[in-house]
Amino acid sequence: MRTRVFLLVSIAVAAVVFFAARMVNNDYVFFAGYTILQFIVLATAWNILGGYTGYVNFGSAAFFAMGAYSTVFFHKAFPMPIPILILIGGVVSGVVGFGMGYLTLRLRGAFFAIATLALAVVLQTLVVNWDYVGGSRGAYIIRPNDIAWLGPYIQYLFLLMLTLVVVSLTIARWIERSQLGYGFATIRDDELAAEASGVPTLKLKLVATTISGALMGMAGAPFPYYIGYLQPSSAFGLEYAVNSIAMPMIGGTTSWVGPLIGAILLGSLQQIATVTISSAVNLLIVGLLLVAFVIIAPNGIVGLVQGWMRRREK
Amino acid sequence: MRSSAEEGIRRKPGDWGEQVGFSFDLVINALIAGILLGGFYAAVTLGVSISFGILDIVNIAHPAFIILGSYIAYIVNTRLGIDPIVVSVVMLPVFYLLGAGIYQVYYESFEKHGQDALRGLSFFFGLLFVTEVMLILVFGVDYRYVEAPYIGPSWRLGVMDFPLRMLVPCLAALAMFGVLQIILSYTFIGRAISAVAQDQLALRLMGASPTRIKRIAFGISIATTAVAGALLIIIQPVEPSVGREYIGRVFAICVLGGLGSLPGTVIAAMLLGIIESFTATFYGPSWAPAVAFGVLLLTLAFRPAGLLGR
Repeated sequence: MRTRVFLLVSIAVAAVVFFAARMVNNDYVFFAGYTILQFIVLATAWNILGGYTGYVNFGSAAFFAMGAYSTVFFHKAFPMPIPILILIGGVVSGVVGFGMGYLTLRLRGAFFAIATLALAVVLQTLVVNWDYVGGSRGAYIIRPNDIAWLGPYIQYLFLLMLTLVVVSLTIARWIERSQLGYGFATIRDDELAAEASGVPTLKLKLVATTISGALMGMAGAPFPYYIGYLQPSSAFGLEYAVNSIAMPMIGGTTSWVGPLIGAILLGSLQQIATVTISSAVNLLIVGLLLVAFVIIAPNGIVGLVQGWMRRREK
Repeated sequence: MRSSAEEGIRRKPGDWGEQVGFSFDLVINALIAGILLGGFYAAVTLGVSISFGILDIVNIAHPAFIILGSYIAYIVNTRLGIDPIVVSVVMLPVFYLLGAGIYQVYYESFEKHGQDALRGLSFFFGLLFVTEVMLILVFGVDYRYVEAPYIGPSWRLGVMDFPLRMLVPCLAALAMFGVLQIILSYTFIGRAISAVAQDQLALRLMGASPTRIKRIAFGISIATTAVAGALLIIIQPVEPSVGREYIGRVFAICVLGGLGSLPGTVIAAMLLGIIESFTATFYGPSWAPAVAFGVLLLTLAFRPAGLLGR
């Protein structure tokens, strides 16, 4: 399937999802659906760096929060429509990703992982000390009530996030099948050998961190409008970091399908658990599933299905 | 911006007043506070210097075990009134076994099949997360603290102020450093641990099993968290997510100290403690967490081998 065809198909699927959600005509569907869509974008973005090149980013929350806080900043400084804010959030987080990568990617992979963890702490410190965006008290963002041509505002946010899902999945799938993707795969499999055969590893890794960071920032940009009241502890919440790792790991990291499956499954499970049990328990479930999958099914659900199909063919 | 200084919980009495002036007392006490804090940071980091520095296992769940140690010290201290440091020494074998067990799982699942860093890292990240959430489920997010005779009073020497709450952990940390250094340099097993880092194949040819030695070393590394946890809860009240603040610090110190060098770790810890203490004194404690990251990034960018790197 060509990329263009894939794009058209995914737009069609997205349209079906949107109209199906409207048929239910219950705002809760949009609120819960938005969270799941947001996780699809985060998981796909994480996988572009983590799954394709093998460099672990523990700072997803930081990139997400950068997007969210750039929205808060521009909401106060020069109000703009959300699609533009999404692009700005993407640029800000992409630049941070590039800078991070430039400083740490020449070293062993572990250093990059540790630096991303530390980055989250530092950016949170900066935001807590920055009174203009609310500091530690947080910032209120008043959500416009209705959109004339669409209805409730949450439907508009849902539609935007759905668009981001289509964009990120198309990018991920395109990377996978392009020369870029093969370059990423050589880095993941044997960086030294790749370097020796003339693959420009540093450049490729920087491309990956920038794209991945930018997508996470774009996922975070509409978040203040969704939540209405943004606090540093909610924007930098560890659940974003752990979910964006757990979802691809559980789904499978080698293709774009894995993060999608992982995010839908784990996202829905968490929505159900939050409503029926408690939010602390649902985080525990995610953590335990992550550890279990990493040990038992290293290639995730996609790997399990592939293995099962191969066995059936024999 | 200075108003945010009020919320720092790690603020130590007598370190600083609200004065902005540059007084000698303030500087000397910031220096002392930094050195004492650095001693404690050394206790927190020694274990990572062994696991990450020597064994090359990126155990980012290390701070979670420290918090576990804090909670055990807290439970025994409030129920039975035993001194937290004594509790932690008693707990050493338990933490050693826990570490050895975790290494066994890590080895069977990841190390044996080649260098799959991605999954190993995710495994430890998952452990960190699971431990934290379990502690939240059991104890809630309230701050817990311990009681001991040395929490509160402080020694005064002229203008110099030594809060015992900081001095005792610092001395305990230095004692732990001494013991570890002796084990690593003078015992057979300690030398074998250094050998694992240098050449595993050669070790195997000598008839020693690298896996067994790494298991022992990782056990020792986790055992240090029992003590570090007790020291942590002496210094500050603890709640489950406090550990996250230490991830950046711990690895910054470990990298700055030159991976795997214990004396380097202590020097780097003191240095970070002093820098943080000065930042807290002159800019406010809410900026202190950012210091470690700055140090880490600068070290990675300019001297990845660390201060005493090989």
